[in-house]
Amino acid sequence: MSYLSHTDAERRRMLQAIGVDRLEDLYEDVPQGLRLSGLDVPAGLSEVEVLRLMQSKAAENLDLETRPSFLGGGAYFGYVPAAVGAITGRAEFYTSYTPYQPEVSQGTLQVIYEFQSMICLLTGLDVANASLYDGATAVAEAASMALNATGRNRVLVPDTLSPEYRRVLSTYAEGIGYDVDVGPIVEGGQLDVTEEHAAVIVQNPDFLGSVVAMEKLATLAHSHGALFIAVVDPISLGILKPPGEYGADIAVGEGQNLGGWLSYGGPYLGFIASTPNLQRRLPGRIAGATVDDRGNPAYVLTLQTREQHIRRERATSNICTNEALVALGATVYMALLGKEGLREVAEHALQKAHYAADRMGAVPGFGVATPSPFFREFALRCPVPAEEVNRFLLSRDILGGLDLSRIYPDNASLRDCLLLGMTEMTTRNDIDACVSALTDMVAARSTTREPAGVGGRA
Amino acid sequence: MGEERRYSRSHEWVIREGDSARVGVSEFAVEQLGDVVYLELPAVGKQLNRGDVIGDIESVKAVSQLYAPISGEVIAVNEELEAHPELVNEDPLGKGWIVVLQPVDLGDIDTLMFKADYDRFAAEEQA
Repeated sequence: MSYLSHTDAERRRMLQAIGVDRLEDLYEDVPQGLRLSGLDVPAGLSEVEVLRLMQSKAAENLDLETRPSFLGGGAYFGYVPAAVGAITGRAEFYTSYTPYQPEVSQGTLQVIYEFQSMICLLTGLDVANASLYDGATAVAEAASMALNATGRNRVLVPDTLSPEYRRVLSTYAEGIGYDVDVGPIVEGGQLDVTEEHAAVIVQNPDFLGSVVAMEKLATLAHSHGALFIAVVDPISLGILKPPGEYGADIAVGEGQNLGGWLSYGGPYLGFIASTPNLQRRLPGRIAGATVDDRGNPAYVLTLQTREQHIRRERATSNICTNEALVALGATVYMALLGKEGLREVAEHALQKAHYAADRMGAVPGFGVATPSPFFREFALRCPVPAEEVNRFLLSRDILGGLDLSRIYPDNASLRDCLLLGMTEMTTRNDIDACVSALTDMVAARSTTREPAGVGGRA
Repeated sequence: MGEERRYSRSHEWVIREGDSARVGVSEFAVEQLGDVVYLELPAVGKQLNRGDVIGDIESVKAVSQLYAPISGEVIAVNEELEAHPELVNEDPLGKGWIVVLQPVDLGDIDTLMFKADYDRFAAEEQA
């Protein structure tokens, strides 16, 4: 059988078989105005010409390898050790499709098992699944588990949960039919939890970078019969208390920064772990360890059939996939770094964020809006709209931060604020360059706008 | 006659105990399920109408639902099953009981099948 596309002779035979004279006759119901009359495509290029064209296009990108960036907000530019690419690029892992039959896929299944074990160690919880799409869907899946476990129909999230995660949660809520209450964490770490809430979902560090008093909130949630779901930055767990130690029933998060590239936003890596009493509600796949008939270690998918093949429409979740390759990358990364390495990466982020906050917050007109303690990110209050600051920084070849007025348009206390994020890749030079740029921007403003009598401030 | 074990078409048994009714899974159903590994049971206080889902019973072969054979409130749940689901296999009519209901109408029990009728029903269903 030929895999070439249809020849003219074949087309003629097909048209004959259905009794049509010309191919165009098949389109007669499409209005004339909607039909394409030729494509404006340039003539073909040679391989080397294509390469040069693409290189020149690529050179227009602002890449993070060559200039400082303080973008964060859920995706982080961390170092990806060479071993990650080398191992994930192996054809056994890279090209295999749904490799879950235990008879032939012990390697993949073992990797998943190792990944789950590492996520359990990291979160301090007992059971983890084989991964989910990303942090946002992991939050939504955790909410579904809680709704199912409690038989309740609302969840409560503070507005410091990532706005993107809240949007994905709302999308799930609309489909499944539950309510998402968004309320602020008020003074003293209180939240308006009621007996109607299935879960309280709290991000730590929160979207503005602050480390949250999780234990108190967990106790509060539990006292109303709600589950407590922690949304965590896995790197932060190198130095912060794991969710299992402060009473979280479920921990979820975005695992992109465990040895994953930014990749224009995906594929990323959701992770989810829970206490043992919720294990049967964990969505997707779980690999388990057992022994074969000769007593050798062996790995198989467990609990999966229950949800997808038997419970079907009654299942808590019908997610049928995971991010196996990205999870493999994260497994390699965690194995390479170990507990000590992870702590160092976390400390880099922490110390750089605090150095940056001290320096940038001291530039006249600027101030730090995130209350301490914070981990890798903080909000910087600017004397002019954040967008303007970003534009100035870009003119100095610096990628600034996330404009918070876009995310919290109604929050006056975050007006003119930039969210700045650090990783182990941020250097002191990067921060110092940004501080000089901010200082120059302020100086330029005062010389252009404040000369006495020349249209100065009223 | 109220103290004779009765059976539902969804394979639960019911036995009257004073004003309440104990509910379990029939021997036939247990045999069909194979080794039971997990049960998801309702909370005490839950109101059930006849035919409502009581919970799930999971075996090595399948996950099935348990249905309320009569209407009533759940007044006791066999908590022993959480750690020892195998009791359902070992002693389905005794230690493997599932819940105790406070029936809305004790007379509902009399509408269920006697063992002989149920055995015939089960045999036909299997055929």
